[in-house]
Amino acid sequence: MKHEIVEKNIGLMIVFIILVISGGFLAEVLPLFFLKEVNEPIEGLEPISALELEGRDIYIREGCHVCHTQQIRPFRAETERYGHYSVAGEFVYERPFLWGSKRTGPDLARVGGRYSDAWQRQHLMDPRSVVPESNMPAFPWLFDTLVNHKGTAAKLSALQTLGVPYTDEQIASAADELEGKFEIEALVAYLQQLGTVLSDKR
Amino acid sequence: MSTFWSIWVTVIVLGTVFGCWWLLLATRKSQVSDSETERTTGHSFDGIEEYDNPLPKWWFYLYVATCIFALGYLALYPGLGNFKGLLGWTAVNQWEAEVASADEKYGEIYAQYGQTPVIELAKDEDALKIGQRLFANNCAVCHGSAARGQVGFPNLTDDDWLWGGTPDAILETLRNGRMGNMPAKGVMPNMNAAQVDQVVNYVLSFSGREKDAAAAEAGEAVFAQACAACHGADGKGMQALGAPNLTDNIWLYGSNYEWIKETVLHGRQNEMPAQSGRLSSDQIQILAAYVYSLSN
Repeated sequence: MKHEIVEKNIGLMIVFIILVISGGFLAEVLPLFFLKEVNEPIEGLEPISALELEGRDIYIREGCHVCHTQQIRPFRAETERYGHYSVAGEFVYERPFLWGSKRTGPDLARVGGRYSDAWQRQHLMDPRSVVPESNMPAFPWLFDTLVNHKGTAAKLSALQTLGVPYTDEQIASAADELEGKFEIEALVAYLQQLGTVLSDKR
Repeated sequence: MSTFWSIWVTVIVLGTVFGCWWLLLATRKSQVSDSETERTTGHSFDGIEEYDNPLPKWWFYLYVATCIFALGYLALYPGLGNFKGLLGWTAVNQWEAEVASADEKYGEIYAQYGQTPVIELAKDEDALKIGQRLFANNCAVCHGSAARGQVGFPNLTDDDWLWGGTPDAILETLRNGRMGNMPAKGVMPNMNAAQVDQVVNYVLSFSGREKDAAAAEAGEAVFAQACAACHGADGKGMQALGAPNLTDNIWLYGSNYEWIKETVLHGRQNEMPAQSGRLSSDQIQILAAYVYSLSN
């Protein structure tokens, strides 16, 4: 085959380029859309509440996922420290995933229930008051900002459209549920449920 | 994976590997490989021309080697749909093997420590070393790496116990956790501002630090009504309820007038999370011995 043919026919070159770059997607990503293991929730998994969902959005807004992963890999060193390794079925309602790729702080995939609410609040107000070695920034504004619940119902119904089993009642009562809640409450509620469906002794 | 997707993946993966190989050979064949430095591609731009030399040999063979490596890899490891690979490797069985080999190495030691009574275990230097590591990984986040605690999280080295310092009480705390809950204004929700001042002064008077002796005296009656149910008539606390001893001048939530007033006005809630779902019973036994050893 002559290079010339490809180099002088831009249309043919485009076809070849698309073919080459789509190979990985077609083999590695596309089949996952149809796999049972990655599309079915694990037993007992419920969509997170409106308050927890707003907490999740605060988690994203403050960039927590930049320093904290939410994915425990199947290595003994990780399962000893964090608990059962993460499985695909835990994340079927997550849009987008917050697996992350860098651990400046520890993994948070199973931080739910690990520390008390009081600890979480104090740690977010002033991390070094509880962990002197910590380099995490403080988030004091979460304590005096009310959760903005204007978009909560819309967020829930968007997720419902995407297949997350929220009921219509949950969507209707979302805004009332968040009335008068501070952002810190939403974030702590979100953190305290992380990874609690699948728990296992180390 | 269904048969369709299995075949789909296999065809694309093998097609890619062989496609690369074919591309490599096909383009090489079109080139004349001996000294070709004279021949150019025919491009000329501003008098700059481009040689049409073949790929260097070492590079070509390296490329061939990667294709062979890929095929070997696909034969040994799962990469072709439902084909599990000749080694039968999965991430989960790798983890299981890792855990099993660790259990083999440490299991006996742990099991032996798990059977040893806490008081005896607290004298075992090796067990305490393990305990110290477990503590650093699991407990230090709240209780501090030196176990001295901080505001709201008890000091474990002072032999002052909220829920009891016997081996059994420590084990129970570790296994099932504790819920500390001091209601706002104790059991006297209608306590007024003057009464709050009086009761705070009375509590301070247990350690001889009252600001206003008259108020402290008046506070005794308020204390009896609002606080004595949990903290006891003498203020010495009640370990069954996790109610702290107020007379020993050891304070969980700050010792001065303002802090104590805050505690009385708004109550205090905190939780020691249960560890039995996170740690094995042998690990809990070792941790209990470590905590016990800190003040005994």
